[in-house]
Amino acid sequence: MNKDKDKERDEIAQQKALWESKHFTEELSKEFQRLYSPDDLKLDYLKDLGFPGEFPFTRGVQPDMYRGRFWTMRQYAGFGTAQETNNRFIYLLKQGQTGLSVAFDLVTQIGYNSDDPLAQGEVGKVGVAIDSLADMEALFKDIPLDQVSTSMTINAPAAILLAMYIVVAEKQGIAPSKLSGTIQNDILKEYMARGTYIFPPVPSMRLITDTFKYCAVHLPNWNTISISGYHIREAGSNAVQEVAFTLADGIAYVQAALDGGLEVDQFAPRLSFFFNAHSNFLEEIAKFRAARRVWAKIMKNRFNAQSPKSLMLRFHTQTAGCTLTAQQPEVNIMRVAFQALSAVLGGTQSLHTNAWDEALALPSQESALLALRTQQTIAYETGVTDTVDPMGGSYCMEKLTEDLEQAVWAYLDKIDELGGAVRAIELGFQQKEIQSSAYRYQMEIESQKRIIVGINKFQMKQEPPQGLLKIDPKVEQEQKQRLATVYRKRDQEKVEISLIRLEKAAKSNENLMPYFLECVREYTTLGEICDVLRKVFGEYRQENTF
Amino acid sequence: MEKGQRIRVLIGKVGLDGHDRGAKVIAQALRDAGMEVIYTGLRQTPEQIVEAAIQEDVQIIGISILSGAHSYLLPRIIELLAREGAQDILVIAGGVIPEDDKIILKEAGVAEIFGTGTSTGDIVNFIKQWSKDYSLS
Repeated sequence: MNKDKDKERDEIAQQKALWESKHFTEELSKEFQRLYSPDDLKLDYLKDLGFPGEFPFTRGVQPDMYRGRFWTMRQYAGFGTAQETNNRFIYLLKQGQTGLSVAFDLVTQIGYNSDDPLAQGEVGKVGVAIDSLADMEALFKDIPLDQVSTSMTINAPAAILLAMYIVVAEKQGIAPSKLSGTIQNDILKEYMARGTYIFPPVPSMRLITDTFKYCAVHLPNWNTISISGYHIREAGSNAVQEVAFTLADGIAYVQAALDGGLEVDQFAPRLSFFFNAHSNFLEEIAKFRAARRVWAKIMKNRFNAQSPKSLMLRFHTQTAGCTLTAQQPEVNIMRVAFQALSAVLGGTQSLHTNAWDEALALPSQESALLALRTQQTIAYETGVTDTVDPMGGSYCMEKLTEDLEQAVWAYLDKIDELGGAVRAIELGFQQKEIQSSAYRYQMEIESQKRIIVGINKFQMKQEPPQGLLKIDPKVEQEQKQRLATVYRKRDQEKVEISLIRLEKAAKSNENLMPYFLECVREYTTLGEICDVLRKVFGEYRQENTF
Repeated sequence: MEKGQRIRVLIGKVGLDGHDRGAKVIAQALRDAGMEVIYTGLRQTPEQIVEAAIQEDVQIIGISILSGAHSYLLPRIIELLAREGAQDILVIAGGVIPEDDKIILKEAGVAEIFGTGTSTGDIVNFIKQWSKDYSLS
């Protein structure tokens, strides 16, 4: 049987060479082959593809995929004050969005209060400002937290924001075990590509492991981390680097948790991932499929995980912000639709579609709605959800998936050689790789090797679009006043006790989650909590890799 | 500036913004165009930017900002330069900056603002033209 197959493959290869020489004379220069055919594949169906919901999950993590239910439609939103963002959340839920995703401002992400001198000009700009539990209560007002799942893009202080979320739920009468959602909690890509780090790697990894441990007991439905390639890609990496650097980070988190005394199957089912859907449609679909296959093998072979759930790479996708243009911005609607379709064909578990105006400002209510409608159209109208992994078995798709997988393994070996993801970041390895890919991409645009519609071809002079979202400069003042009210109303003595207890625990090996809960219940602010941690842990200083 | 002297540029990230793709690409492009480039890294305060610019004796400061905090941070840099008597250092900026804000920032003294989609060649040409005019005056 196998001999026959080999013979058939050889014959097709010979015929293909003849066909090539008959029709084409120029040298091939692209990454893609001119034509894919059976001779390109050395696939063992059961071993390399298998069935959806089964190892190695190339074809998807659930047996029925979108025939069971669609992906979660989760639009990243947040700006200004908690009340404004709460209004946007309620609007999006009414329009059929199925999960929430919170964007925090940079001040919150880096663990300062809105009245800190470093916060000047930044409050409420790229997300919502959260200083204390009072803001978190306003953010989720009238949203029953047992009815929605909430994703929070928060990293260095993720454990503290999770503590606030738990307490808001408590006040709504909802037990932590009923909560579902995600904290991004992925510090390694912050050092590498996104920049909202606070503490050095060792205490940061401890905070992450603390959340793994706490959630394993108290929040069984919570995704404790969203290991993110999205921002690595946005910083300029290519598809292979995006997957490789993300999975290398994943390996580091798993190892840290094991070193912290956890069993792999206790926490691995709650690891989740986050990828970018960039412009090269076919390559992106292959990327998602390859990522699933590599992760399943890592968990099985390297970490000896037993539970099938530990082997599954479940992921959120966002369309690529960096591909959006300020020129002829309506074209972005088409870019987003194609990118979103690649994520769906790649088997994503949840999806954010960007708004067309995001190269100009934060999305307006109208553009955010159109973005949501884009994914609803894919789900309800295109029919691509009617069968599982419709691209599976395509000569091209399977070959691309295989090539991507091999390239990812090569990077993973390299990072292992350097001593793992954390060490490699300290050496600036990933940063330099990303930097040179970003530069190459830009030079390809400038030399017209890569065409971007409206940027280096089909340009047009246009009036700037109207109706963009503007953050009222009064937001900063209002937020400072809200914070002043919190300072005035709370029991100052209890706040101070909570901070002293936190400091003591931070110096020991204790799990810090219960201490964060105690702090936030007393309306101790995010800035105060992070100041204590900065004192105990120190602050990370970025290596300049340029 | 003496004839034949290389143009010195400080590329800076100011405020809490972590997006450094643009800053690094520009820094590399200016370097490839023969300029001397100092890149500050992330999270610089306006004070740190101005201090570094004076210490490094640059003719140009290029600020990359995508966080929306430009309306406060850029005028602050200009103000501090003037206070230090270094107002002859040219300040240019790039990033996501709305049209209305561009007008205000230019009035405040930002020489040019390069939005998304700008080619690095345009920025190189702008700087070269400026330094030619500057050394002739």
